[in-house]
Order: sequence, then C-alpha cells, then structure tokens
Amino acid sequence: MIPSSFDYHAPATLAEAVALLGKYPEDAKVLSGGQSLLPLLKLRLGQAGHLIDIGKIPGLEYIKEEGGMLRIGGRTRESALERSEIVQKRYPILVDTAKVIADPIVRNLATVGGNLAHGDPGNDHPATMLALGAQVVAMGKSGERVIPIDKFFLGLFRTALQPDEILTEIRIPAPVEGSGGAYVKLERKVGDYATAASAAYVVIGTQGFVERAGIGLTNLGPTPIKATAAEKYLIGKKPETAALAEAARIAAQATEPSADRRGAVEYKREMARVLTGRALKKAVERAGGK
Amino acid sequence: MPKTSAEVQGMGHSMKRKEDPRFLRGKGNYVDDVQLPGMLHMDIVRSPFAHAKIKSIKTEAALKVPGVLAVITGETLAKYNLHWMPTLMSDTQMVLPVEKVMYQSQEVAAVIATDRYAAADGVEAVEVEYDPLPVVIDPWEAIKPGAPVLRTDKKGKEDNKIFHWEVGDRSGTDKAFKDAEVTVKQDIYLPRIHVASIETCGCVADFDKVNGKLTVYMTTQAPHAIRTVFALVAGHVGLSEEKIRIIAPDIGGGFGGKVPVYPGYVIAVAASVVIGKPVKWVEDRMENLQADSFARDYHMTAELAAKKDGTITALRIKTLADHGYADAAANPSKFPAGLFSVCTGSYDVKKAFAEVDGVYTNKPPGGIAYRCSFRVTEAAHAIERITDVLAQELKMDPADLRMKNFIKKEQFPYKAALGWEYDSGDYHAALKKAMDKIGYAELRKEQAEKRARGELMGIGICSFTEIVGAGPSKHFDILGIKMFDSAEIRVHPTGKAIARFGTKSQGQGHETTYAQIVAEELGIPAAHVQVEEGDTDTAPYGLGTYASRSTPVAGAAGALAARKIREKAKKIAAHLLEASEEDLVWETGKFSVKGAPGRSKTIQEIAFAAYTNHPQGMEAGLEAISYYDPPNLTFPFGSYICVVDIDRGTGMVKIRRFVAVDDCGNIINPMIVDGQIHGGLTMGMAPALLEEITYDESGNIQGGSFMDYLVPTSMETPSWELDKTTTPSPHHPFGAKGVGESATVGAPPAIANAVVDALSHLGVKHIDIPITPEKVWKILKEKGVAE
Repeated sequence: MIPSSFDYHAPATLAEAVALLGKYPEDAKVLSGGQSLLPLLKLRLGQAGHLIDIGKIPGLEYIKEEGGMLRIGGRTRESALERSEIVQKRYPILVDTAKVIADPIVRNLATVGGNLAHGDPGNDHPATMLALGAQVVAMGKSGERVIPIDKFFLGLFRTALQPDEILTEIRIPAPVEGSGGAYVKLERKVGDYATAASAAYVVIGTQGFVERAGIGLTNLGPTPIKATAAEKYLIGKKPETAALAEAARIAAQATEPSADRRGAVEYKREMARVLTGRALKKAVERAGGK
Repeated sequence: MPKTSAEVQGMGHSMKRKEDPRFLRGKGNYVDDVQLPGMLHMDIVRSPFAHAKIKSIKTEAALKVPGVLAVITGETLAKYNLHWMPTLMSDTQMVLPVEKVMYQSQEVAAVIATDRYAAADGVEAVEVEYDPLPVVIDPWEAIKPGAPVLRTDKKGKEDNKIFHWEVGDRSGTDKAFKDAEVTVKQDIYLPRIHVASIETCGCVADFDKVNGKLTVYMTTQAPHAIRTVFALVAGHVGLSEEKIRIIAPDIGGGFGGKVPVYPGYVIAVAASVVIGKPVKWVEDRMENLQADSFARDYHMTAELAAKKDGTITALRIKTLADHGYADAAANPSKFPAGLFSVCTGSYDVKKAFAEVDGVYTNKPPGGIAYRCSFRVTEAAHAIERITDVLAQELKMDPADLRMKNFIKKEQFPYKAALGWEYDSGDYHAALKKAMDKIGYAELRKEQAEKRARGELMGIGICSFTEIVGAGPSKHFDILGIKMFDSAEIRVHPTGKAIARFGTKSQGQGHETTYAQIVAEELGIPAAHVQVEEGDTDTAPYGLGTYASRSTPVAGAAGALAARKIREKAKKIAAHLLEASEEDLVWETGKFSVKGAPGRSKTIQEIAFAAYTNHPQGMEAGLEAISYYDPPNLTFPFGSYICVVDIDRGTGMVKIRRFVAVDDCGNIINPMIVDGQIHGGLTMGMAPALLEEITYDESGNIQGGSFMDYLVPTSMETPSWELDKTTTPSPHHPFGAKGVGESATVGAPPAIANAVVDALSHLGVKHIDIPITPEKVWKILKEKGVAE
C-alpha cells in the first residue's frame, strides 16, 4: 500500500495548474479529493510522475443557482453537496446520489468534479448528471469550454477532458414545474460500488404527459449509460405503472454489464430494470405526478 | 445483584473499561507504534501464482534501490535450516520457498531496507521467474485419484489427503438410520472466511548481539507459547528460551488470527539475528486477507434420523475439510477437527457419528478458530440447519421440534453421544424467553398473512450449545504443554495490587474484568488493581487468549490466587485482632471477629501489616500465584431468533429483528458481556450475508481486499436485542462460562434459517451462506416470484 515516488505540485492558480499539466503531458494527474487516485497509486495499479494538487486554488468550491442553472464548483466536496440547503430543497436526486457515494469519511474529501472526471462507470454522479442533462466546464490553456455531459464519457476511465484541462464547474438546469428526479442504488454494503443503479428525471406537463425524461445507469457497462431509447419511449406517455415498467425494460436493454463478484450479467441487467422502475416511480412522485 | 459496593466494583458491576481512556485518546501502543533506534523495515515479495516452480530469484536490481540493505530468500534461510517450520498439527509449512510456491500471495522473498518506502520499492524490483504448475483448488478434485500431488516435499506422499478422523458409534448410528421412520440429508458448505481484524499482523524483532537476547514485539494472542515455539524451532541457531522475550502490546483484534506463527514473523526474527538491528514487519490489509490463516472451509453432509413425532434418534455427519497447502490449524486440541464433535448440539441425540477428512489444496494454510473453539461454528451450523430441514420435512414448527428434543435441565451434567460432558444448561428456558421477547406466535401469524399477499418474510431460530475454555489437559495441549492458565497477584503495602496473567487481551477488556475478579475475592476496589499481560519476562506462563478461555481458565486462576491471599490475610488478621482464625468471618474486604462486628481489619490494613507487622515466623508480603487446569470445559448456550424481510426485486435480505438470549453462567461485567455479544452477532451476520473468500480455477483469490471482502458496517448491522438466562457452571470457581464466541457461533444459522423459512413454502430447503442478494434473486426467479 505504498506508492512509487512522485513529484507533488500545489499551484496557487488555475493558470499555473494548467501550465503544469501542459509541462508534463504524459505523466501528470490532477489531485482533487484523491479518493480514487490515491488508492490506485497506493496499490501501484496506476503511476504518475507528477501530482498536481488543485486543493490550494481558491474559488473552486461553491454551490449556487445562477442564470437558470445550478452551478457546482469542480472541487466541491460530496459532503458539502449532501448538506447544501438549496440542493436539499430543489435537487433531491443529487442528495440521493451524494449520500450513497462511498461512506461519510470519503465524502468529506471526495469531490463532485473528481467523481465525474475520473471516468469510472462505477461512480454515481455520472448517471445522475446524464439524467439531468448537465454540462461540464473545462479550463485549458486556450481558456474555458463547455461540454454537454452526454459527450463527456468516452470509455473506461476516459473522458472528453484534454490532458491539460481541469474540470472547474458542473452546470445543471434548474428544476421546472412538474419535474422530479431520483437515484436508486443497489450495493452489497455501504461504501461499495453499485451492483447496479439508476437515475431518473422526468418533467410532467400540465396535461399529465411526460415532456422530458432522463435516465442514467451506473456500473452497467464500460461507460456510464444514458438510456436514450427508454427516455424517448416515455415522451408523451402518461407516467403510469405500465409505461414506467416498459421504460425500465427498455433501459435494461441498453446495458452491457460484465460479471463480477457483485453478480452475473443476467442479474445486473435485471437489476437495471428493477431499479430504473423504482427510480422512475420515485421521480414521478417527486414531480407531483402521483 | 452484585455482592460488592459500587466503590469495590466486583462481579456484576458494569464497570467502565479501564483500557478505554487510552484507546479513545489514541494513546494505545500497538506493534506499529514501536520505534527503536536504528530500526530497519521489511516488506515481502509474494507469489502471483497459486502453484509454480521458482526458476530464479534475481535480487541485483532490488539491492540497487537506495535504502535497500538485503534481500532474504529461501536459499538464505536454508543455510540455517529455517526455510521450513513445523505446524501445531505436526505438519510442516514453508517460511520461504526454495523450490516452489503453493498458493497465491505466498511469501517468496523479503526485502530489508532503511525505511518502509525503500522496502516497498525493493519488493517491486525483485525479479522472480516462475514455471506454473497444475493448480488444485477444489478439494473434491484434490481427493480424486490421479489429482496432482501437491506436497511433493513429503517423500512417498501419493495423494492430497491429510487426515481421516472419526468419532462416535458408526454401526449403531447406521442401524438407527436404517430403522428410522424419517430421515433427512443436506449438503452444507461453510465457506472460507477471514477474521479481518482491524489491526493486521506484524512484529518488531530486536536481537541484541552483545547480550544474545531476542526481544520480539508481536501481534500474538499467546506470547508464552510463542516463546517456547521459538526456542524449540530455532534452538539450533542459538536462541535459548531465557534469552527470548515476547511482548504482545495492545492488539487490535485477534479472533484466532493472531495465534499462528506466520512466515513474516520468522523472517523478521532471522533478519534481526543476522543483521543485529531491530527489524519491523507489518502486513498491509491485502497481505493480511490474502495470506494469513483462513477459517471454516468445511464441506459437510449432515443427516438426521427421527420418529414421526419429531423425536431425533440419530445424527451422522461427513465432512471434507479444505486446509490449504498445509495443516497449519491453530488447534490446541488433540483432535484434528477440533471440537467438531459438539455437533449433537443442544439435543438429546442417542446415536451419533461424525467423520472428517482433511485435504491439501493450493490455498493459504490454516485454518484458525475464528471466534470459536475450533470447528464449533461449523458444528453448530450443521446441527441447527439440519434440524430446520427435519422440521420442514415433518411439517413441524422449528421451535416445537427443538423444545421436544432439547436436553432437559435435570439431565445435566449430560454425557453427549460423542463424548463431551455438558456442565449445565436450561435450554427450554432460553428458547422460551427468546420466543416471548420477539413475540413468536404473532410473527408466525404475520408471516401467514404476508405469504397470502405474496410478501416474503422469514423467522429463524438457532439454539446453540458452545464448548469453551480449553482446556482440560486430557483433551488439550500445545507441543505437549498442558492448557492451564495462570495468575499472579501481589498486594502492595498500601492495599493496592498488581495482577499478572498468562493470557493476552486483544479487546476483551481483561484489564477491567480481571481487576473485578480480584475485587470480588479480596474487596480491593477494581480501580486499585492493575492488570498486566503479554510480556513473557514478567507475566506467569500461560497459554494465551482464544477459545473463550480467559475467564474459564485464567479468570479461575485469578480467583484461586486471590483465595490463597485471603488465607494468608486471615492469619495476619487473627494476629492483629488477637483472635483465633476460626473465630474470624470474611465479608467483602474485611475480617471480623464472630459476634463482635466492631472488631475487624480491612484488607488494606492487613496488607500494610503484611509488610510491617506480620506474625513471627511468617514470611513478609502478600502475594500468590495459581496455575489452573480446568476439570472440564464450560458449555455456554443460547437461543437466537431472527426475522428477515426479502426484497422480491433485488433479492436483498434485511434483518428486521434479532433477539439473542445468551447464558454464559455468572457474569463479571454485564456491559462487557453485552459488548462481546453485539460484536459477535455482527461477526456472525458477516459470513451469513456478506463475507466469503473464493478462488478462481487458476487459484486467484477473489475477495482479497476490502473492496470485495465485505466486512459489515454499522449501516448493515441491525439493532440487536439482548437478554439472558443465568445457569452457573458447577465446576468453575465462580460459576462463569466463556462468552466471547457464543454469538459468532449462534448467529449464522439463525439468519440462514430465517431466509430459508421465508422461502420454505416455495420448496426451498437450504441455502449456503453467504446469502447474497444474487443468490436469493436466482431462487426467486426460478420459483417465479421475482418482481
């Protein structure tokens, strides 16, 4: 449990951090909360010659609503998200998600940006962000760019971030009338990655029909999965039991799980269906649908 | 009601633990806290293969890593004939291999460096070339003719069998089965698990070349036995017992896992002896899980014969025991399967027969008595599960079936069919209390209603009998040393005392409970009794703490040593009071003259006199030592009832309620007993629902880190509901039995029985533990009831 040696950098500004990343393009890793990176280094499953700690850079930890968006600073701790008043009041799906990430000790250090930027399909935020249609803000040497979340996850531990880019902000559209979301996770024990988990978000129009649906799935394939077909299926439907069940069935078809100690492929796929059904039901309830 | 005052805090007081202030403030002193001048660090190269020839070990690159001083291999140790060591079970195991490795994560070489980081880099730089050999993982394959023979080191060995052991009346049992009205049979596997104590294993070996003295700070549950083992095993290289000092400092959990001598200890000692500097070795978590001794791994086939009315007439159990590549069981009994023969449990079974075959596989050696007196958990699981299978076959309520077959209170002391003499018990009372507390009849009603609605709820009972307190010398020894234990008490002039014991607490709270025993016997407040253990230079010889033996054996020695002191105190009191000894009466803390209660001397006054004014002809001082060889084991028992709800969508089992009624005889500290039961229940729930170590067909360990070895947290743990009955042990000096292991033994069958009960109407008879959500879901799907 002892990592190989590495150089540690603690830049004071984002520009400095980006410059350092540019200087060591093959061999640098951004250290945010360190809750995924450090275990990899300690187990010598990964190696980095340079750790760029963004912990000393001011202005990366915030949660605020601005311009019709919830803006979450990239280095915001999971525990801060969990306890945030505005999140508790208006974004219960984020509370659902934050409180099932690892355990409280990890959440005191782990960051929302790190959870996304690590590109691990087992992490919990990606599915929720996919369901919510979030955006990710990245800072690189040529400045800032905004990446839609459904273009962000490219492969196992691979994201749209360039080697010299740092994830600085997550933007989530503010909830509208008739909207609701929920995240439901099956884990073997607290602190475990999901056997399967599902994030669901719905907007129900005044006539009682689904106007928008978002479904994201955790740990059911090499990347976090956006269950597009299931989302489409729900549009224009009344959010009733049969329709939700059918959407859940379609969502499960989008999964590509691999067997491990959490379960066989068949079990995980079935859990995708069961949990999506439950997440959708809860989302509809929260939307005031039933 | 306690006999002593709140000031004295003798038996029955929930005294706060004397050790807790230092633990709560982070002031404990564990092996890894030990820092010695010039101390070097050791890290271990481990095998990625489960079975492979070692073609070469290249150390040049490692020796070039800054800070690396030496690389120790099997060849290095072979020069001193230390590359193999004997096990307690008369088998042998490697310290470091010369020819081949036998399990994944086996020690291959050790790197000694000036700091821990350099040692780790050195390990990375050691190049080992392997030639993989055929792997034998499944014990059923291992016993087949033609299976690759693993122990090629043993001349003439042509198979993988270790031992065959049997007990009981084979032909009488077979006849009872032939004549039976009803029989049931069930294969039951108790999987390989790990104690996973919070502190991993390690040591600091410090050999003083000038004085020839070896001091080893070590995570051991049995420091004195370890000293003798070191003297016997390494006598030929000049280690002599009077020059070996083993210090077991604070220990963060043992549970049997800190009884064995692991190769790492021996290598560190060898390194310190050769280099002449202190060498520290502390395992990391994955090494601990992957290479240290496992527990269980018993493949059992249990059978019961009975009459139609439910009267059990016979029990038969056949077992295949997977010991890994060596029988390194930390088993102090004279029987290769430990105390497995307690498998008739709480029932009056007239005919019984049990047999166990031990077998080698390419897995780490063991096993250990994980919070049970060796193979008792296996025995309890077999009898408690097969009893439920019988109840299901007879369509009888499992509580009724148990009540019908329990050994009756008036049958104690009870001679069991497989030889043990149970000391005392009242099984009917314990089960009745548990049923009343949980509301058994109402729960059965609720279950029927839920079943009608398609909901899954189960109620499981386990009425276990434990067998603890090793042990009577006719059944137990370590290298021939009888399994007594010891206490030495010295009362100081001001009436305070120090008490030293041959055991070693790893969290049991001995500093508190032993002080309370002395307080009870002498009336000296427990707060004034300092308890010490674990340093072989100061404590009297004892066999250590495991098998719930501290209270039954060392605790008894403590009481007897205190009683010897009281005898002397009486003589001094008679002298001080100018009365004859026959005229003195003892009540806690003082001797008074009969009929003149005003004329008395307190133990403190007597202690002072022992050094200042003792009778002529009497030696000064007030101290005593006692070595206690118990006449029998003690047999704690209990009845547990568990209620579970099953999620039909995910297969997840939720423990809704769990009532535990325990009987461990007279209690020293009720709070500590409750704590033992809380912890034990959680450690019993763990293998029932979560924990398991498995291997793939290449021998790769699955579950070798806390990512996959699922130790429960408070979130998985239900709120345990405790109660008790009190049936003192008739042969123990203060009527106590052991309690450390009851809950670990009793909880798994209660939970397994509850889950099977929830599914019994679908025709489910048995599920092997751990009962994972996926396992349950598969059953739900097969039976067509999944959501």
